[in-house]
This record gives sequence, structure tokens and C-alpha cells, in this order.
Amino acid sequence: MKNKIRIASGQGFWGDLIEAPFYQVTKGEIDYLVMDYLAEVTMSILQKQKNKNPELGYAKDIPELMKRILPICIEKKIKIITNGGGVNPVSCGKAVLKVAESLGIKGLKIGIVLGDNIKEDIDKIVAEGSELKNMETGEAIITVKDNLLSANVYFGAFPIVESLEKGADIVITGRTTDTGLTLAPMIYEFGWGKNEYDFLSAGTIAGHILECGAQSTGGNFMGDWESVPNFAEIGFPICEAFPNGEFIITKHESLGGKVTVETVSEQLLYEIGNPEEYITPDCVADFTSIKLKQSGENRVHVYGITGKPETEFYKVSCSYADGFSASGSLTYSWPKALTKAKTSDKILRKRLELLKLSFDEIRTEFVGYNSCHGPLAFELDEDLINEIQLRISVRSHDYKSVERFGKELAPLILTGPPGVTGFAGGRPKPNEVVAYWPALLPKTLVQPKVEMLEI
Amino acid sequence: MKIKLIDIAHGRSGDKGDAANVGIIAYDDKGFEIITKYLTAEQVKKHFTGICFGGVERYELPNLKALNFILHNTLGGGGTVSLKLDAQGKTLAAALLRMEIEIENNSNTFLNKNMDTKL
Repeated sequence: MKNKIRIASGQGFWGDLIEAPFYQVTKGEIDYLVMDYLAEVTMSILQKQKNKNPELGYAKDIPELMKRILPICIEKKIKIITNGGGVNPVSCGKAVLKVAESLGIKGLKIGIVLGDNIKEDIDKIVAEGSELKNMETGEAIITVKDNLLSANVYFGAFPIVESLEKGADIVITGRTTDTGLTLAPMIYEFGWGKNEYDFLSAGTIAGHILECGAQSTGGNFMGDWESVPNFAEIGFPICEAFPNGEFIITKHESLGGKVTVETVSEQLLYEIGNPEEYITPDCVADFTSIKLKQSGENRVHVYGITGKPETEFYKVSCSYADGFSASGSLTYSWPKALTKAKTSDKILRKRLELLKLSFDEIRTEFVGYNSCHGPLAFELDEDLINEIQLRISVRSHDYKSVERFGKELAPLILTGPPGVTGFAGGRPKPNEVVAYWPALLPKTLVQPKVEMLEI
Repeated sequence: MKIKLIDIAHGRSGDKGDAANVGIIAYDDKGFEIITKYLTAEQVKKHFTGICFGGVERYELPNLKALNFILHNTLGGGGTVSLKLDAQGKTLAAALLRMEIEIENNSNTFLNKNMDTKL
């Protein structure tokens, strides 16, 4: 058993800094590179791509990235774990194999975690007694079944552990929890048991700190953010984990960013509910047990973590098509920029009304004034307002109404208040609205599977 | 006396469906005493009038000198349903830090170095 492993976060979402994983494998020593690519909206996007082309449905950045980092990872014996397989982890694995082949790499093993995609099994699951009720509304899934875009179970760390036990150098999963990606190598390397809940909770919390990339190393840091050095080459977090469940959050020395109790605390508070019950498929972690201590420059010691047994359910995330939306903007300049934008909004709304279009919601925001903080925004002396961007958005189940809205924006330039610009992007096009359906599924009704690919 | 929340705390916010989570972290123990006492769920709900249309839950994390608030019915439907520019509530922690708190006059002992320099 190793007495320490270094797990590096390489990506906090699909679209994150492309250089980050490259820096993680080249600027210092690590044992594992973990990359989270999936947000709820990502699953529906990937499912749409797979519907068009059955070979797609995974994060397409991965093969490209592998070209750069695979030779380095093999040389340095760095294992890679990612949930970027999306709704098609097998195709993702095959694409990576192809890259490995083109680089002349041999003896590479890729573990694929399958079984999370239950989109085609909804009828069977309902027949077996789970209605997949919406956790917020209590409605049964049958009500939106015809509009379902994706349906995935969140698996935890153990299917990844199984892949590692089978000798995987790379593990590619579908919808695995972000935290499971970091917890898995700890379980594998330290031999933690399925009922060692304090350890599993420690690894889960380490995963929470790593899952949003640089958000724990100075990115999006609301404290003394101006003191964060070298944002341009910000170092993503690294977890130095120990067999006793304690760990240190740090980063490569030569990179930017900073790791302090404050930067780590902000990430710990991010997107959590009841801190005593952070529920994952592996355990229920207690965030009120976490102890943080600055143990050196850019080193935060995390210890004292406790947790409880996992629940009997997997969380399921479904997405379904729920109408259309569009959004567009125009920019008004001084003088009276805000009054002009407000007048323009009234004109547009009147025109939409005269056209008898049907909307579920029309929303107006004045960017530069109140789009972020709404009624909490400071009142401003209008003479001091240099410019305002008028942003108008609509949502409707009637496609034609949304499409027509898109054609009503540009005419305001020649038929409304003066001093207006910023309409270079063309007519706003209707986008499909994707709504979420969170549900619980008894763990007995679905089984993760591990497949190995080799070259 | 009146103090500005932004002088004694920082934070981060994000989305959980149509609910927003707003985590507020005090810079020191005294700041945590103040936010624990004055930053009640009711105060936060009142502060977010016109933004939060549901209930507010508050959780304490004394180990991190932090409070976590869940603001229900706040993000205009959440996800891609929401038409808000800030559909994920990323700026709501800053919105809460706009709050000014009236603390009891005998609370001078609460003053910390951070406030001394900024007030």
C-alpha cells in the first residue's frame, strides 16, 4: 500500500481551461489526473449529439487532449480518470484507443464504466415499481416520458475502483459523481472498505474540493481576490491523500493561484444543501466535521472528517424538452441610457402583444444596472450612466412565437429611441428549453458494469 | 452601530435546481458570532425580496465559520429554463454581502482588524 498519493484536478466542467490538464501532468509530480466534464445540461447536449451520430455523445475534447498528455502520463505512470464518456463512454474509449494506436502506444488498458444510462429502460424500471417521481414536484416520470432527452443514474466511486483493480491506466465513465472520481483512487490505493464511512466521506470531500477545478485555488474567489497571483497560469488543485483519511490541498509550485483556508472554504460551501448530509452513492458526508489548517504556503491540511452509511437510493438526473426560448440585446448610450432602454422594452412588449404571440415568460434585464442583483442594485443618477445593455428574453411552448420575437428586436434600432447599437449577432434563434427531472431509484434496480478495452 | 456584511465576510453561491445556495464565510471568530446572531433566515428572506420567492433555510458550519442558506424558488426555473442572465445564482453571494447589519451598541468588542481599516 502506498502511504501517499497525489490526485490532480484537470478540468472543472466541459469548457474549462484546456491547458490545465497539460500543466497538471508536466509541472510537477502527480499519480492521478481526474477530470470532471459533466453538468446536468451537458448530458442532454451529449444525448442530442449521439442521436445525430451514434458514435458521438462524449466530451470530444478528450481524444485531442490525450494526443498531448498520453505519452507523458504513460512515462510518468499517471492514471487518468474522467466522467467525460458522457452518454457514450465506449465510443470515447475507442477514440482514445485510436489516439494511442496512432502514437504507437502498446499495453494500454482502458476501463469503461457503463450502466448509468437508463433512458431506454424507463418502462422496465416503472414496471419494476419505481415511478421515478420528481423530487421537487412529486410527479411521476410518465408525464414527461415522450419528451425525455436523457436519463442517467449517478454512480459512485466503486465501479472506477473495479476498473483500477482490473489494471486500467485510464478510466472513462458516464454519469459518475464528480466526487467519486477523486474518492476512487484513494479506495483503490489505500484498500478502504465499503463501510469505512469516515474514510469514504474524507475522499468525497476531497472530491468536492477538486471537482470545480481552480475554484479552490483562487479562481472565482470572493475574499481578497486581488491578492491571487498569476491568474493567467492558475494552478488547478492537487490533493495529497493519506491512508488515514487526512489530506492536503495544494497546487504545483510554479503555477499561479493560491491555496488558503479561505479559498478552500469557499469551494466547500459551493452548491451544498444540508452540510451534515452531503449525500453521494458512496456515503453521507458531514461537512460540519471538516477541519482546515494552513500547514504551509499553498498547503491546506484537511482532517477530522466523519460520515455515515450511504442511502438505499441512487440519484437519477433526467432531462426533457420543455418548449423554446430566445434572448437578445441592444445597447443604449448616454444621455438617458436607462430611460431609452426602458422605453424600448415597452415598445417591444407592445408589439409582441399586438402580434398576439404567446409566451410563458418575458424577462427584461438592464445589463450594467440591475441584471445581477435586481431590486438590490443601487439607484443611479441617470446622468452618470454611460450605457445600458437592454437584454430581453422569452420562453414559450409555441416555437413560432419565439421565432417571431427574434425578428422584432432589430427593428427597434430604426423605430425606437436613439443612440442604440450592438446588434451585430443577427436575429436571436429559438433554443430548445431543457428542463430537469431529479429522481431517486432503489439501488437494487440498476447495476454498474465495467468493460475493459486494451491495445 | 451599523456594519457592512462585506467587511466581515466573503462567500460563494451557486444553483441547486430552482434554488440557490449562498454560503457566507466570516473572516474571523468575531465575525462568525455576528453573522450567527444577526444573519437569520428571516433577515435573508427579507433582504432578497423580489429575488427569492420561496422559503429560506439556514445551516451552520461553525468549523468553517460559515453559514449556508438555501433560497428556494429563486432562479426563474433553474437550468436552461431560466431566462435570467444569472440563471445559476453565481452573483447572489455578493448580493447578500450588500446587507448592512445593525448590531447592538455594546458590541464594540466585535470589531476586528478588518473592520477597523475599512469602516
